[in-house]
Amino acid sequence: MSRIQARCAQLREAGSTALIPYITAGDPSPAATVPLLHALVNGGADIIELGVPFSDPMADGPVIQAACERALAHHVSLQQVLDMVREFRAQDSVTPVVLMGYLNPVEVMGYERFAAAAAAAGVDGVLSVDLPPEEGHDLLTALRAHGLDPIFLLAPTSTPERVRTICAAASGFVYYVSLKGVTGAATLDVAAVADKVRMIRAHTDLPIGVGFGIRDGASAARVAQVADAVVVGSALVQRIADSAAQGQDINAAAAALIGDMRRAMDEV
Amino acid sequence: MSKLIDHYPDADGHFGPYGGRFVAETLMEPLEELRVAYEQCRTDPRFLAEFDYDLKHYVGRPSPLYFAARWTRKLGGAKIYLKREDLNHTGAHKVNNTVGQALLAQRMGKTRIIAETGAGQHGVASATVAARLGLECVVYMGAEDVQRQALNVYRMRLLGATVVPVTSGSKTLKDALNEAMRDWVTHVDNTFYIIGTVAGPHPYPAMVRDFQAVIGREARAQIHEAEGRLPDALVACVGGGSNAIGLFYPFLDDEGVAMYGVEGGGEGVASGRHAAPLCAGRPGVLHGNRTYLMEDDDGQIIETHSISAGLDYPGVGPEHAWLKDSGRAQYVNATDDEALAAFHELTRIEGIMPALESSHALAYAKKLAPTLREDRLIIVNLSGRGDKDIHTVAALEGIEV
Repeated sequence: MSRIQARCAQLREAGSTALIPYITAGDPSPAATVPLLHALVNGGADIIELGVPFSDPMADGPVIQAACERALAHHVSLQQVLDMVREFRAQDSVTPVVLMGYLNPVEVMGYERFAAAAAAAGVDGVLSVDLPPEEGHDLLTALRAHGLDPIFLLAPTSTPERVRTICAAASGFVYYVSLKGVTGAATLDVAAVADKVRMIRAHTDLPIGVGFGIRDGASAARVAQVADAVVVGSALVQRIADSAAQGQDINAAAAALIGDMRRAMDEV
Repeated sequence: MSKLIDHYPDADGHFGPYGGRFVAETLMEPLEELRVAYEQCRTDPRFLAEFDYDLKHYVGRPSPLYFAARWTRKLGGAKIYLKREDLNHTGAHKVNNTVGQALLAQRMGKTRIIAETGAGQHGVASATVAARLGLECVVYMGAEDVQRQALNVYRMRLLGATVVPVTSGSKTLKDALNEAMRDWVTHVDNTFYIIGTVAGPHPYPAMVRDFQAVIGREARAQIHEAEGRLPDALVACVGGGSNAIGLFYPFLDDEGVAMYGVEGGGEGVASGRHAAPLCAGRPGVLHGNRTYLMEDDDGQIIETHSISAGLDYPGVGPEHAWLKDSGRAQYVNATDDEALAAFHELTRIEGIMPALESSHALAYAKKLAPTLREDRLIIVNLSGRGDKDIHTVAALEGIEV
């Protein structure tokens, strides 16, 4: 059983919803990332999504675009992101880490070399935003061979047939994108999300995470009622950027936001 | 019909290892809907008749195939014919594709058009067809290109389009494409994204090629009429590659016809400041397809440079990647200086002011023609006219227009 599967099973048994924060590796600086990961765990994170910066983040809104640009100003590479995970793992052997990013840096490293290096560094899952399962055969083979969970997005536009295809390729969990749009978009229609999550459940036993549009304790708590996991990205990245700009402790600010969400989710 | 027409791309949009559909899940179903709608239209006699009618009466086709006699004499070699896409309505080949995609948008019941643009030619061509069909139009354009191509920005605004300057990344065409994709994923229900080149996720590379292939079909008939035989070489500039594939495609099975795609050599490929992924890049994945890219060792896309905004793009259409690997077409480059010299030369010798993009093709033809016998035939795609570039050319000479 993978670390992601173990964590999800444990949460399911406890009747708890997973909280999955996303940060971009290397933002605001390469040295900040590992302490931030530990702060997120202390704040109540169950699984962490670590963004691999890319020059052309097509599926991301302005907040995560800016985070990528800040990280790339420090020339943060995929190899460095793996090194960050290895450093995090030295002190935390239980919290699953999912790398989230775009395919091209992985293409350049090579699928087999990437999968081997990621597994060795202590990565648990890989979400390549611009790689649908139809194009993913070779990468999926490499990921599975190294015990890594391929994580996929599902969208409001996914037909039942696509939901089946994607869930068949995925392991660990699937990530439902709650709205048509880019990361960090505004509105969240919980009733519509509930309908879609119900449809997805008819096709898979995998835990279902929901993200896009979750910005605070209240929205996290509402989504927690229908999902197995709540993903928060842009709101957290923005909070980190704001506190860095004001010279505040970014670890405390990040942990505080995650703590608020954790408490709101647990009160429901 | 070309044998390749039956084979490429495959059902999933692959040209050998290139092409495909590399997008976030939200766009997978809309792209499939687009593919199905296009598959129906491309064999529907009514759609094709409507498309042909618009090309003739609105665009002004067929565009002439002009024998550049004086330039030919000066260069002293093969006879040079110019395919005059600069004479199309809106001044470039781009409109062939926007007319086709706008008709498709209308068929699909979409009320809003979005487009990305580099030099502004595709933006103008999109704004033009949107105005004609009464569709809302939003054009994304890199903030740097908005500066370089002020005239086209104003043309788009006169046509009723909203031009959105894109300030992320390198502020050029690739960033405009990112932003258009973000708009599409957000407004996918009512919006049709008119991609302006033969790149992007399937079905765009094949669809745009099919709409642009009218260039090569006409040129084939016209050179037969003028010379009674096929040409020996085709030359076209390559940014994304739509005018080049439009010219090349109907000749792919004619083995005796050499094909040269000319990329933006910028300050020279050795300088690193260029826009020549086929000459100096390597395969990767960007903007929905696998193709040759300009990228660094970490897989980050690097900034390109070309005097011509329309060639300033780090990727290229996947079919060109495939034609390069298969050896069917050769890909070369012309530097900024060579293109500028060709711009001036054609203007003064033939009284035709070419776009800076097309000037790259002319610059290569200038090298090629003297190496060939006088009974050889070259067709150069004169993909656009140079009015839009007058400010750029004048500024280089220290003149304010």
